[in-house]
Amino acid sequence: MQTAQPQRSKVLVRRETRSAYLFLLPSLFFFIGFVVVPMILCVATSFFDSTMGKDTADTFIGFANYVELWKDPIFLRALRNTFVIVVVSVPVTCVFSLWVSSAIYQMPGKLLSFFRIVFYLPVITGSVAVTVVWKWMFNNYYGIFNYVGTGLGLIQQRINWLGDEKYALGCIILILLTTSVGQPIVLYVSALGNVDASLIEAAQVDGATDLQVFWKIKWPNIMPTTLYILVITTINSFQCFALIQLLTSGGPNHSTDTVMYYIYYTTFKLYRYGYANAMGVMLAIFIAILSAVQFRFARER
Amino acid sequence: MEKDNKRHDVHHMSAYRVVCLVVLLILAFLFLFPLYWIVTGAFKTAKEVNSVTPVWWPTQWTLTNFQKLFSRQQAPLWEIHLPFSSSFSGTGNAIVITAGPEVPAAIRWMVNTVFMAVAAMVLTCATATMAGYALAKKRFRGQALLFSLIVAAMALPKQVILIPLIRQMSAMKLYNTIWAVIFPTVGWPFGVFLMKQFSESVPTEMLEAARIDGAGEWKTFTDVVIPMVKPGIGALAIFTFISSWNDYFMQLIMLSSTSNLTISLGIAKLQAENATDFGLIMAGAALAAVPILTVFLIFQKYFTQGIAMGAVKG
Repeated sequence: MQTAQPQRSKVLVRRETRSAYLFLLPSLFFFIGFVVVPMILCVATSFFDSTMGKDTADTFIGFANYVELWKDPIFLRALRNTFVIVVVSVPVTCVFSLWVSSAIYQMPGKLLSFFRIVFYLPVITGSVAVTVVWKWMFNNYYGIFNYVGTGLGLIQQRINWLGDEKYALGCIILILLTTSVGQPIVLYVSALGNVDASLIEAAQVDGATDLQVFWKIKWPNIMPTTLYILVITTINSFQCFALIQLLTSGGPNHSTDTVMYYIYYTTFKLYRYGYANAMGVMLAIFIAILSAVQFRFARER
Repeated sequence: MEKDNKRHDVHHMSAYRVVCLVVLLILAFLFLFPLYWIVTGAFKTAKEVNSVTPVWWPTQWTLTNFQKLFSRQQAPLWEIHLPFSSSFSGTGNAIVITAGPEVPAAIRWMVNTVFMAVAAMVLTCATATMAGYALAKKRFRGQALLFSLIVAAMALPKQVILIPLIRQMSAMKLYNTIWAVIFPTVGWPFGVFLMKQFSESVPTEMLEAARIDGAGEWKTFTDVVIPMVKPGIGALAIFTFISSWNDYFMQLIMLSSTSNLTISLGIAKLQAENATDFGLIMAGAALAAVPILTVFLIFQKYFTQGIAMGAVKG
C-alpha cells in the first residue's frame, strides 16, 4: 500500500482526502453505526451489572461478570462443548473435503460439477430447512435412523438420539459437517486445478509416486487455501447456533449448550445483558487467538 | 521389470479410481437424501409421515400439507417500513406502506426474505465497491487506522454484538422491521475488504489518464473502476445474497411479529408450534429450499467461480 509517492502539495492531499471520504461515506455509515459502535458498547456493558427489570440504573462492577463466568458450570460446559465441536469438525471438514476434491478434480466436467453441486446443496438449502428434516430423521418413533439402525442390527433398540446426553452432541456435529464441507470442496477443487501441471508431470517422469506428488508438490501449493479453509471453518463451528436452538435448545441437561447458544439464552431467557456481553467478549477473544495461532502455524510451514 | 511395475501401477490406480467413485456416489446419495426426504415428505399423508416403517415413496401425492401451510393467517403481500421516517412523519410513528392483496403468511415470508436478501445484496455491493476503491486507490488521513479497524472487525463473530445492536435498533425504531436485519449485514466489512483487494488491480495510470481527459471523480469511478472490478462485484453479490438468506441468527433476534418473519423464521415457528406435524414442516422447508436451490442451479457456474475468486482475493 505504501508506494513511494512524490511530495504533493497540501491542497492536493486535502482534496484527495475529501474525495476519499465521500466515497467511503455510505459504507462508513453502516460500518460505524451497526458494527463499530455496537462493538464498543458490547465491551463497555460487559463491565456493568445490566439486567432487565432492575429498578436502579446499571451499576459498574468491573471484572465481576468475567470472574463469574469462570465459576459458572453451565458456561464452562458450554465452552467445553464448543471446543469439542471445533476440535472434531474442523479437521474432519478439512480432510474430508481435501479427499473429495482430490478424487473429483480431474473428472470430466459434468461429473465434477455434479459432485461439487451435491456437496454444496446443504449450504444453499439453508440451516433451518436442513435442521428440521434431520430432526425428523433423528426422531425417536418416526425417524429413519432408528428404523435403519435396528433393521440392520446396528443398534439393539430405539435410541432417543437428540434426547440422550450421550448422543445429542454427536448428532449435532454430524449435521454441522454436512453443511460445512461444501465451500471447502469448491475452494480445493479450484486450488488443485491451479497447481502447475508441468511440475506434476516432471515429477511423474522422475518416478515420483502419487503420494510423493501430493505431499511435495500439491500440498505446499494449496497451503494458502488450507489456511483460509481452517479459519472459516473454525469461525463457523464457533458460531454453530441454528442447529442447537432448533434441535435441542441446549438440552438435555445443558449437554449441547455452546457459548453462542448460552449467550442467546442469557439474553432472552435470563435478561442478563452485562453477563451475556462478557461472554461475547470472551468468545471474540478465543476466536482471535485461534485465528492468530493458525496463521502463525501456516507461516512457519 | 520396470515396465511390469508401471503396468501394475496403472492397474492399481484404476482400481483405486473405481473404489473412489463408488464411495463418492454413496456419499452423494447420503448428501441428497435429506433434500429428497423434505420434498417427498411435503407430499405425504399424515399417516405416511408418522409411520414407524418409513414410506420411501409417497403412495398418493397429497397437497394437504401445503393447504394447511397456506391456510395460516393472512397478511398483505407487501408491507414496508420507511427507515428513519418516524423523525419526519409528524406522528412520531414510522411510515408504513402496504400494497397488494391479502395473502397467506407463508407467501409473505417468502416476499420478505427475497426483499431482505436483494436489498442487502444491492446496498452491500454499492457501498463496498465505493469504499474499496477509495481504500485501494486513494491516500488520505486515517487510512491505516480505518483499514486495521476493518480487518479487526472481520475476525469477530457478529453475533457477539447482538445486545447493543438490539438496543440500537429499538432506539432507531427499526427493531422488528426487515431493516434491522439488512443494515448490520451491509455494515459487515468483509465486502469492503474484498472490493479493496479487487480495486488494487486497477492500474493507477488508467485513473490518471481519465483525470487528464477531464473526467471527474465520479465519472472515473463509474467508467473506469466499475468495469474493471465487475467480477469482484459479482462474487460479492453471490456471497451476500446467500449469507443474508441463511442468516437465521440475525433474523431470529431482530424479527418477531408473524407478518414480518422470513421464511427461515417461519419454518422455525411452524416447528415450535406443531412439533410433530412433520408433513406441514416439510412443506414449509420445501417452500424455503426450492426457490433458492433453483436460483443456485441456474447460476451454479457463477456461484462456484465467485466463491473460489472471493477466497483467492480475501
